[in-house]
Amino acid sequence: MKRAFPILAVFTAVLLAYALYQALVVAPTDAQQGDVYRIIYYHVPSAWTAFLLFFINFIASVQYLADGKPTSKQAAKWIAVAVGVVGAVAAFVIPLPAGIRPSAIATTFLAIPVFYFFLGKYFPGEKLDVLAVTTAEVGVVFCTIVLVTGPIWARPVWGIWWAPGDIRLTSTLVLWLIYVSYLILRRFSDSAQTQKLAAALAVFGALDVPLVYFSIWFFRTQHPQPVIGGGGSMDPKMLDVLMISWTAFLFFAFLVCWSRYRLEILRREVEQAHAMQSLSGAGSNVAVSSPALTSRGSQ
Amino acid sequence: MNFRSVTLATLAKDIRLEWRSKDALNSMLFFSLLVVVIFSFSFDPLAEESRHIAGGLIWVAILFAAVVALNQTWARELRNQVLDAYRVSPAPANALFLAKAIGNFIFVSVLEALMTPLFIVFYNLRALGPAWQLIPIALLGTWALVVNGTFFAAMSIRTRSREIMLPLLLFPVSIPAVIGMVAGTTAILTGDDPAHFWIILLLTYDVVFTTACLALFETVLQAE
Amino acid sequence: MNAIKFLYAAYIVTWLIHALYLGSLVRRYKSLQKQLKELGK
Repeated sequence: MKRAFPILAVFTAVLLAYALYQALVVAPTDAQQGDVYRIIYYHVPSAWTAFLLFFINFIASVQYLADGKPTSKQAAKWIAVAVGVVGAVAAFVIPLPAGIRPSAIATTFLAIPVFYFFLGKYFPGEKLDVLAVTTAEVGVVFCTIVLVTGPIWARPVWGIWWAPGDIRLTSTLVLWLIYVSYLILRRFSDSAQTQKLAAALAVFGALDVPLVYFSIWFFRTQHPQPVIGGGGSMDPKMLDVLMISWTAFLFFAFLVCWSRYRLEILRREVEQAHAMQSLSGAGSNVAVSSPALTSRGSQ
Repeated sequence: MNFRSVTLATLAKDIRLEWRSKDALNSMLFFSLLVVVIFSFSFDPLAEESRHIAGGLIWVAILFAAVVALNQTWARELRNQVLDAYRVSPAPANALFLAKAIGNFIFVSVLEALMTPLFIVFYNLRALGPAWQLIPIALLGTWALVVNGTFFAAMSIRTRSREIMLPLLLFPVSIPAVIGMVAGTTAILTGDDPAHFWIILLLTYDVVFTTACLALFETVLQAE
Repeated sequence: MNAIKFLYAAYIVTWLIHALYLGSLVRRYKSLQKQLKELGK
């Protein structure tokens, strides 16, 4: 397992370089924006990656909370399936605001039970919480990049750094704020139940995001704003490069998460070792055993 | 131990205690007054656009006053180890939460009742749209702040920098509600747009988060 | 072209942020390794 990391790292570096080449050289120049539009090949993949990571955090948080009691554990599994099926069907039946494709919504909903069972199988018990903090932190990093590159892109093209009615950028900002508060809660909370509190906060955040989206969407319809992200279809060649770029960033995000995950496991080992030492007195040799079950989970 | 009786008993106790020591109430009222005055110095009330920004100003002022009030929510319980007693009692955790939330709702509503006339006076406000719609907006908006505020106040109990943790957690999650309150109020004051969507948004927000708070409060109460 | 500067700025800032984060991971890792060694004694 350990040897896979350097190999994957080299492969990812090559992939990122290839994506950069595609973005700067191969992709055609945009008719309206010139070459500045190429920021999109970093901006959008970062956004999709951040959303994916936050999605995983949400699923992991819900499962972590539900697994606390055997009754809720069983119920949650059925609810996950129900949500997936109902949501996927509803996406095609309920009229959606303009600009949102039913297939995208349906895929998101179907992903819920899929991820739920996948995470439950490969990240049992405390590992769910380790995954939660990992995806939250790495997600914030990618989300920061989205919020920084967004205005950098907007300024030369639309003349303004920010538009409050820009639904995507503003929703992303709120998501960023929620997860930064999540990380701060983890850092500052001294409770034995910090992990559960943080998971509850993640659930609140997830419930909040669609509400944010709709509130800004309606605000826009009453107060027309410049459309920064641009809508509409993309040149297929540009779309190809976008996908290549996203693939490269996904591999990169995977490696970063893997590193953060290992760091968290190590941190909990050290914390447990500290605790054991203060319990049994200094000077005794305490074998540091397997990771996992600490009662304090911050950072 | 029936749910309703526990809720009402806890609520009555809080009101009685609050009424006996009017300290918190008086200082909060004065604080609210100060906020309104400061705002009237900072944002020119004579300007033509004051009707457009008054909605935002009122709700931001209420938000900050509410946070100061919410930070007190669990202080009394902490001082007297009441939470430990509650944890081991058969009383449903939700009853305690609901009592606290309703108590906060009443308290913040009192603050609003004081601040709103002051704003109307300072900013010479007159609603060009249907003024009665301001009532559902105020009720739903206040509940939105208070229900999450009470929940996050409980979450913040065992954190370092407890007072700053509450707004830190509350503000991001409250953003859609704040948009709803402000946009709805502005729509009614200026009379430019209908406020229906905002009222429905606030109602949805309230239903979603009241459910979430009730479902998850047990977890928070057990946090030690 | 002035606009190109923004393109380069965006790409550089992206990798700067990633580099800072990875650097923090390395720093935390080293600190934990040190703590583990001291505890092992």
